[in-house]
Amino acid sequence: MRLLNASGCLDALAAPEVARALDGFVTKTVTPLPREGNAPPRIAETAHGMLNAIGLANPGRERFLADNLPRLRELGIPIWVSVGGFCAEDYAETCARLSDIEAIELNLSCPNVDEAADSAAEIVAACRATTALPLYAKLSAAHPDIAEVARAVAAAGATGLSIINTLRAVALERNLRPALARGSGGYSGPALKPVALHAVRACAETTTLPIVGMGGIATGRDVLEFLACGATDVALGTVLFSDPDAPARVRAELVAACSEAGVASPDDAVGLGKSPETEAKVTA
Amino acid sequence: MNASRRSCRVTDSERVGLYTLVRVERNGLEPGIPGQFFMLEAPGRLLPRPFSVCLAPPGELAFLVDVVGPGTEAIAALEPGDEIAVFGPLGNGYRLDVERPLLVGGGIGIAPLPYLAEQLGGEPRIVAGFRSAEHAEAASILPPQTEVVIDPTLVTSCHLEGWDVLACGPEPMLHAVAALCPTAQLAWEAPMACGYGACYGCVVEIDGALKRLCVDGPVLAAPRVKPACDKLSQATEAIA
Repeated sequence: MRLLNASGCLDALAAPEVARALDGFVTKTVTPLPREGNAPPRIAETAHGMLNAIGLANPGRERFLADNLPRLRELGIPIWVSVGGFCAEDYAETCARLSDIEAIELNLSCPNVDEAADSAAEIVAACRATTALPLYAKLSAAHPDIAEVARAVAAAGATGLSIINTLRAVALERNLRPALARGSGGYSGPALKPVALHAVRACAETTTLPIVGMGGIATGRDVLEFLACGATDVALGTVLFSDPDAPARVRAELVAACSEAGVASPDDAVGLGKSPETEAKVTA
Repeated sequence: MNASRRSCRVTDSERVGLYTLVRVERNGLEPGIPGQFFMLEAPGRLLPRPFSVCLAPPGELAFLVDVVGPGTEAIAALEPGDEIAVFGPLGNGYRLDVERPLLVGGGIGIAPLPYLAEQLGGEPRIVAGFRSAEHAEAASILPPQTEVVIDPTLVTSCHLEGWDVLACGPEPMLHAVAALCPTAQLAWEAPMACGYGACYGCVVEIDGALKRLCVDGPVLAAPRVKPACDKLSQATEAIA
């Protein structure tokens, strides 16, 4: 089990010691052209989570490759590059330029920009044709059947899945006006965990692809639950905002969490959360 | 990043005018440079809240809290003996190598001034503006030489020209100060989730581009932050 950050929830160049506490750093999504992102306010806290509408702010592919990536490599940790775009070619062209990194995560589900017109499977297939690097497809639980999307991207050549992205949501100010300048944003934090667990399990039960599970993970116990539902790796997102020491803390909590759950190690948690239907099929 | 995150015990919480001064044990945290800030855990809330250091007596850090929402309400309700996570110091503080310092604070913006005055040494000139006499009771935490002005007098009417202005306060006040004193150092505020560059939530227009206030600020030279159009009109009516 590798412990990563969720894309967009950490700047390894601003906080290298936080990144080094992880088993790999996932960059903020890189798009072909520079993006300044959305106007502020970009964040809002809700009762059980938070909204963000950053809008894929990033220096663009050329500056990322020339400036950011070399500096990220100097950190000495595995680098995952999150790739975004607005059509399959956008993604494929960036993938073709990447080398000497651990993996590529294809951001197919940012709730804060207009979606790419091409389907997730078309984008994965276009990228697969340009790179031999591991390709992780980041999917949204907003799709009515995430397992179907998982099967499609698996058939198109994805190496793994990253599940889930934030969910599109709205928060209002006291005067009933939208809290975010964009009007809506991506919902994250503890409220997402049950949704994410379901999405991870649905995909784990329909494909054999490794899954980076994420969505509301804040404790060692949360990590075990994602493993129980079929995640092979996990990522920390919103919790990094309130606790930059979360990577070390979560690892330390895993030991006690295993003991409380009655499993000898995190590996022994794998599959314990499978759905009754799957259990029935296996037994049959 | 020289900041660290520690669990700190609350030693005291007292009303200061309409604000609350919360003191915590340092537990090894460095107070940093005046104008730098700390993220304080808000019990029961998901995200911490940013506060500049108000006072840094030996072994303690004190933060001035204005209750503006559920997070600041939770922090203001802390009692001696409670423990909260405190993370910092973060961001960039004031440059202290100034010849003729004038400290300007508006409302809750007086928060960094006591520690700033102490670190500057001597008896710097201080102007503090408040929107009511009740709010102005908070001036009790400022050095005795502080000039206090109350609505409808503007702090910007207090002859700021010719001084090295170090200011903190509401945005309209900062823009008004910037217009009068282009060399002023201004401490800005923005909603932020993390305080250390991770969330990209606290952007303001700095040097012509949206940049993270927690990384590039919160203290910035006056010309570096572009006022929004509506802020300019407000600034002419700015009261502290």
